[in-house]
Amino acid sequence: MRLQLSPELEAFREEMRTFFTTQIPQDIRDTVAARRHVSKEHYVRTQRILNAAGLAVPHWPVEWGGRDWTPLQRHIWREEMQLANVPEPLAFNASMIGPVLAAFGNQEQKERFLAKTANLDIWWCQGFSEPDAGSDLASLRTPAVRDGDDWVVNGQKTWTTLGQHADWIFCLVRTDPTAEKRQRGISLLVFPMDSPGVTLRPIELLDGSFEVNEVFFEDVRVPAENLIGEENRGWDYAKFLLGNERVGIARVGATKRLLAQAKEYARATTVDGRPLAEDPRMAGRIAEVENELLALELTALRVVANSADGRPHPASSVLKLRGSELQQAATELIVDIAGPLSVASYAEEGSDVPDWARVATPEYLNYRKVSIYGGSNEVQRTIIAGTILGL
Amino acid sequence: MDFDFDSEQNDLRVAVRGLLERAYGDAEQRRKVVAQDPGFDEKTWSRLAEMGLLGLPFAEEDGGMGAGPLEVAIVAEEVGRVLAPEPFVEAVVLAGGVVAAVGTAVQRAEVLGPLAEGASVLAFAHAEPGTRWSPSASAVTATQDGGTWRLTGVKEPVPNGARADVLVVSAVTDGATALFLVRGDAEGLTRTGYRTHDGGRAANVRFDGTPAELLGEGTGDRTAEVEQMLAAARIAYSHEAIGAMDTALRTTAEYLKTRKQFGVTLNRFQALTFRAADMYIGLELARSTALWASMVADAGGDVVSAADRARLQTSRAGRHIGKEAIQLHGGIGVTAEYKVGHYTSRLTAIDHLLGDGDWALARLASGVTAYETVDPLGAPYTP
Ligand SMILES: Cc1cc2nc3c(=O)[nH]c(=O)nc-3n(C[C@H](O)[C@H](O)[C@H](O)COP(=O)(O)OP(=O)(O)OC[C@H]3O[C@@H](n4cnc5c(N)ncnc54)[C@H](O)[C@@H]3O)c2cc1C
Repeated sequence: MRLQLSPELEAFREEMRTFFTTQIPQDIRDTVAARRHVSKEHYVRTQRILNAAGLAVPHWPVEWGGRDWTPLQRHIWREEMQLANVPEPLAFNASMIGPVLAAFGNQEQKERFLAKTANLDIWWCQGFSEPDAGSDLASLRTPAVRDGDDWVVNGQKTWTTLGQHADWIFCLVRTDPTAEKRQRGISLLVFPMDSPGVTLRPIELLDGSFEVNEVFFEDVRVPAENLIGEENRGWDYAKFLLGNERVGIARVGATKRLLAQAKEYARATTVDGRPLAEDPRMAGRIAEVENELLALELTALRVVANSADGRPHPASSVLKLRGSELQQAATELIVDIAGPLSVASYAEEGSDVPDWARVATPEYLNYRKVSIYGGSNEVQRTIIAGTILGL
Repeated sequence: MDFDFDSEQNDLRVAVRGLLERAYGDAEQRRKVVAQDPGFDEKTWSRLAEMGLLGLPFAEEDGGMGAGPLEVAIVAEEVGRVLAPEPFVEAVVLAGGVVAAVGTAVQRAEVLGPLAEGASVLAFAHAEPGTRWSPSASAVTATQDGGTWRLTGVKEPVPNGARADVLVVSAVTDGATALFLVRGDAEGLTRTGYRTHDGGRAANVRFDGTPAELLGEGTGDRTAEVEQMLAAARIAYSHEAIGAMDTALRTTAEYLKTRKQFGVTLNRFQALTFRAADMYIGLELARSTALWASMVADAGGDVVSAADRARLQTSRAGRHIGKEAIQLHGGIGVTAEYKVGHYTSRLTAIDHLLGDGDWALARLASGVTAYETVDPLGAPYTP
């Protein structure tokens, strides 16, 4: 056991911090810091800068732009990025389809997609969930039927995040409806979002944002070469992919930043002539969330240091579960700091309500999602109880 | 002590529920209404007036129905049940309540009559940026210029402040908080309205030497009266919150019975049904506290303390139920297209408009050593 980072890692951390705070344009980092809408252009611009410096996909195989870093280095990279208000590389590209293609795609597919995926020249979206297949993803139905050299896809996906920006979709489809185990009849197909027969319906979220969509398929023809890996093995790839999705989902750096902002807002808010930050109950709440976050960060570091063999540490389910709860706790704190001003969400010019207080409640409501997506917290508990505790 | 409503009160509930069900039983209808200014339906507002609800708590000689806090509780709960966006608590209980408590006979008749008839919307312009749930004013000042009072400063957020025909405004004069009436078309009045996250409307209201009419006689400090009326509104909001929580819970329970995953309906997972049971526990404890607070108000007991207790209990329950209602629904819970998340949004707004749970707790905590036990049927809650 040792408390300090090695001098090399200390230098690495400094290098990351310097890069993120000097090379990513201020306007983008300001948008993230203000908790305002990060546009497609912001994501693309950021990811290209990161990619040019070899910082977009360090966890990929070296051959495809990866860095052969230790898990601890990757952790530092991600945390520093979040602390610096840098929009992270698009998860659908960097954490999901990229690693799957690198691990299971054929050479042609790797050459066709990986470089563009790393550089966000292709924007991917994730077509997994369906109206009747949420937590029970394996019950998905969307059939793909072989017709000559094509797969013909019909059906519907839903909750497709940022599908409106997407060039391509990676999609779980049912290719063998007769398979004895339903997990066995699923395949992974990729195809362009502008393929004939693909339509999108945006879903409005509680905060008025449009970040998820329903996606409908009507006789969409997908060339057979767009099947990833083996036919009917899609579930294995999905599990591999979801395992990656849950890494880094603790978002400790992002929550730290939120708490730092909460303190700043609490200092700027006066109650009976005193800063709210000095109110013992408010200060106590902030300290409590901070300490929970510390425990989570330390657990993340412990898990990271222990998973050098590439297999996720069992406690990584804790990261998603508690990480999402703490993100939610931080957004709730900010609503409470805004107090009566927290209702003024859509105030515009002519209002005296500070911008941070305007965005507070929409963000709080929007963040209810983080305990639902990426495997809901109930699903995480099921994993802890079943896989870890053997219950 | 008796928690049962009498038959007249039950009839009132049936009538209000019928009216509001027709208007907003379909959640899509509410979405349409709140999408447009003024954020509520003027026709429904008129129907509430026809039923006598907009004059409910006011004396008959002021144009009201002469009903009390228990009737107000019934209406507020029904408003919450369907998230009716009409500002019953804001315009009638709070703004109207202040005029009823402080106004002269002439002012009461002039202001409350049209309010009760549905001809005029009232807003209480009291909150100021830089203060928090205070019963007194500090940023808006009143000065006398010849025979005319003039107001200067900013109030925000003022619920329905842009739509209101008459603003009831608190302002400082000589270190005391006085109350004023300002007409919507007064000179030197700038109102910038906007949507609130729960589908409602609020405004920044700027006074720049705006002529105003002193409410009531004399310029003595009105902080105590404001505190009393805020307490009455907090209790009414508790009931509105309970109506909202009740629907959020029922909707969730219904969803658990119909949504299928893993080949079974979700109510087959005890991990979920126990969470619904916990929501019920929170709701019923809050309901008891709110009903008790209304009885304290009705009996003339310490309404301020009772309101703090109801506020704390409903704040905690509202957060718990609002969060769980979304979580137990899964993805559909965070959409604007499905109704349950709007309940969470409204509960969050109610929680922050007149004082949140921690704020009420701090007030209760500061007095905790002054008595031995809490007796709901004794002092200070019974007169
Ligand atoms: C904002 C957002 C973005 C998303 N983005 C994407 C995306 O890009 N691509 C994609 O494919 N999907 C996406 N999803 C979908 C997400 O993965 C699902 O919402 C999630 O899997 C839950 O499914 P569901 O919403 O159908 O809820 P359900 O599965 O119906 O669950 C409802 C409730 O029941 C609980 N539950 C279900 N089964 C059990 C059980 N066995 N035991 C105990 N509790 C249980 C759940 O935890 C939840 O509380 C997104 C969702 C959201 C909200």
